[in-house]
Amino acid sequence: MKSSVIVFPGSNCDRDVAVALEKFHIKNQMVWHNESSLPKSDLVVLPGGFSYGDYLRTGSIASKSRIINDVIKHANEGGLVLGICNGFQILIETGLLPGVLLRNKKLRFISKDIFLKVNDFNNKFCLNYKKKNIIKLPIAHNEGNYFASNKILDNLENKNLIPFKYCDEKGNINKISNPNGSSNNIAAILNDKKNILGMMPHPERVIHPLLSGEDGSIMFESLTKLN
Amino acid sequence: MKITPEIIYNHGIKNDEYKKIINLMGKEPNLLELGIFSAMWNEHCSYKSSKKYLKTLPTKNKWVIQGPGENAGVVDIEDNDALVFKIESHNHPSFIEPYQGAATGVGGILRDVFTMGARPIAILNSIHFGYHNHPKTKNLLNGVVSGIGGYGNCMGIPTVGGEVKFSESYNENILVNAMAVGLVKKDKIFYSKAKGIDQSVVYVGSKTGRDGIHGASMASAEFDSNTEEKKPTVQVGDPFAEKLLLEACLELMKDDSIIAIQDMGAAGLTSSSVEMASKGNLGIEINLNKVPCREKKMTPYEMMLSESQERMLLILKSGKEDSAKNIFNKWGLDFSIIGKTTNSKNLVLNFNNKEAANIPLDALSTKAPIYDRKWKKSIVSKKIPPKEDYKSLNILECLKKILSTPNNSNKSWVWEQYDHTVMGDTVQKPGGDSAVVRIHGKNKGVAITVDSSSNYCLANPINGGKQVVCESWRNLISVGAHPIAITNCLNFGNPEKDQIMGQFVETIDGISQACTYLDFPVVSGNVSFYNETQNKSISPTPTIGGVGLIKNLDNMMSKNIKEIGSYLYVVGKTTGHLHQSEFFREIINMNEGPSPEINLFNEKNNGLSVQQLINNKLVNSVHDVSSGGILLALSEMCISGKIGAKIKIPENKISPHEYLFGEDQSRYIIEINEKNKNKVSNILKKNSIYFEIIGKTQKDSLDINKYLSINVEELNKLNSFWFKNYFAEN
Repeated sequence: MKSSVIVFPGSNCDRDVAVALEKFHIKNQMVWHNESSLPKSDLVVLPGGFSYGDYLRTGSIASKSRIINDVIKHANEGGLVLGICNGFQILIETGLLPGVLLRNKKLRFISKDIFLKVNDFNNKFCLNYKKKNIIKLPIAHNEGNYFASNKILDNLENKNLIPFKYCDEKGNINKISNPNGSSNNIAAILNDKKNILGMMPHPERVIHPLLSGEDGSIMFESLTKLN
Repeated sequence: MKITPEIIYNHGIKNDEYKKIINLMGKEPNLLELGIFSAMWNEHCSYKSSKKYLKTLPTKNKWVIQGPGENAGVVDIEDNDALVFKIESHNHPSFIEPYQGAATGVGGILRDVFTMGARPIAILNSIHFGYHNHPKTKNLLNGVVSGIGGYGNCMGIPTVGGEVKFSESYNENILVNAMAVGLVKKDKIFYSKAKGIDQSVVYVGSKTGRDGIHGASMASAEFDSNTEEKKPTVQVGDPFAEKLLLEACLELMKDDSIIAIQDMGAAGLTSSSVEMASKGNLGIEINLNKVPCREKKMTPYEMMLSESQERMLLILKSGKEDSAKNIFNKWGLDFSIIGKTTNSKNLVLNFNNKEAANIPLDALSTKAPIYDRKWKKSIVSKKIPPKEDYKSLNILECLKKILSTPNNSNKSWVWEQYDHTVMGDTVQKPGGDSAVVRIHGKNKGVAITVDSSSNYCLANPINGGKQVVCESWRNLISVGAHPIAITNCLNFGNPEKDQIMGQFVETIDGISQACTYLDFPVVSGNVSFYNETQNKSISPTPTIGGVGLIKNLDNMMSKNIKEIGSYLYVVGKTTGHLHQSEFFREIINMNEGPSPEINLFNEKNNGLSVQQLINNKLVNSVHDVSSGGILLALSEMCISGKIGAKIKIPENKISPHEYLFGEDQSRYIIEINEKNKNKVSNILKKNSIYFEIIGKTQKDSLDINKYLSINVEELNKLNSFWFKNYFAEN
């Protein structure tokens, strides 16, 4: 398994996700935004952070960067793409995933551990969550309020393209357990082919028992299994 | 342009200081030169009122690599790792423009840390606001918190801890103190001392604009009724530019291109060039036409006094200019060779092929004025008994009230706006006694805490100074760390008043005594005077940033109760000191009287004994007893552990109110599993520690004799609603 983590000016979770990938023996390369082509990769990760300072609109400048053409090509050929936080915002801006990410409902940055219900195991990122389907991951964002038309939401729901929804400790998906106002408590979405995952929570930050759990590890284990 | 008395006054320069300038220059200065003197001689940059006393602080122990005098302090944490850290104030700008003031406070302190070659790994802060119902407070709190978060979050450096306090004393002068900690290899530390002549002086980072002109001078004067007019002196931050600058600097620092480096902070290009050259005992010559400017037609005066953010000054080794330039170009940053080092020992500024200024460097540094200001001893008030019969008050009602005050409430509303988990090494989050950050890739960690106690300092500056150092020490001990060193931010009123100067002198005395006794020296810091508006000063507020080492993270400790059926010990003696306590302040509205005494022998002995118990894995949880006394400490342990306790107050002569709310110092509550009880008691006895076993942990409820019984979930609710109510978010 080979991965590439794209580094944009202002990315700040690039190291964290590289550490996680390497911990699970995925051979990783860092790829600078200004490169014209991707090295051979099974997985491309768009990390969290503030690419291009979030100027204009989160993710929008990154979606026009030089490397992104190759990322889109990789995705269209069925290669795996994982966008975390700002990475999710970039995926939306490129059009690889539908909808928009608005500012959080309370108009404040939110950094806290939240619970997620895993709703779909039938994708390459979530295979191992069969063993644990209520998980705890941190979120840290200002624009994570997922919004889309009813048509898009129905498509996501009907085709099981919402692998993670915000819930409470017991798995109840409701308004109280929704930290940012996302439609249908959406924390992550997949494309129709399920090779592209965009998610607001940060699995790479919880990969050690000292770090409020290891629920993030399960995703990287799932990816490792693909070999 | 003729220098008039009005111009001199507007530069904050006193008449006798102006005479001294003429004397040192051998002529009258031109406007640019006067501006430079004003920037270097103001209180903020010159420490002219504080220097005499700062020199008395202990600054060395076996861990200290670099004490005060550099961009930040450096301590050794073994295995070739070192920590770089400092705390700094950004009070005046944050009051004028809370978001940008606080944001650039964070940006400034981060630059101080990465200037030395360290990657910042943690940010903390201490923020003080006026009375919560004061009309300005809500907006200031909201702006400051968003500003701190806005900068740190974008940088991708976790904000892991801090404190938020409210008091009328800060109604017109809020405090924003920001601390940063960085990690560096011991053999890759960079300093600001220039070496060698004819070396390139290089400007990197953002362009220079007309923002923040005279920022440092503004911070060296009291506020008056026209504070709003000072908005243009506040800098505007761009954390994205700083993130690029951080990565570019660290990339350049991988080899040995840099001779010296200094960030452009207060007094911008002026102080950075002056400091680097004068530390190296050299001269420096700058061509101002080479300075990258954001706006057209900027004058030399504006360029030298701008405090535009995210800029650095480097002195590069000859021949390394091109490779360095490539790195900064890659990150999209300006890189301009603006001058060279000389042997003239003067600061020479050229503009449009003419000499615009020429000042002997020692006039700006070593020969800057130092004052031995008049001071008087503070009057410590007697222990007058309160008028109200507090002993008849219902203890449960008192606890409920104290738990839900703005000062004692859970601060998650604040720290959930700060990304505290980025970098993947935050092993103890905000809300504990200290934050703990793992050293990347290793099983050791650094514990960090920021503390202040202005009420104690106002009542008795010497005791207060001692107390705040001890509090820091205790917070580090409580998470299983060995305390190493501190950084301090000394926030006071106008030092030209003998009473304020007295508070300063005596606080330093207290800090010095405690630091010396605990082998806990000061390695960096900053002084912020003139926190005063229309003759009303803030309470003396020394803020202490303490750093400790946890050699093995398996021994990390936390305050949450871990299991039902274990024993609770109070380590240290309780005599029931209620003057200056939260109880007197919040319940009977009494602010007079002395603060609690500190016995440094007991402080050290109790702390090291608790440390011994932790290192021998005999303790489940530890929490220091601070404001609010035993009852507040116990409540916090129960809330965070979601476990209750059944307590019986030991038989003694003091009242239950004194026992439960008294703020005697040097105490801890520790939770001990039954199997370790004898061992623990024996160790404490052997170390001559006074301790009491006050009860056992139990399911769900906190019960104390017949005085109170309350569900832990209820305690949690009382402790958690204040901020949400205040911002009407329910």
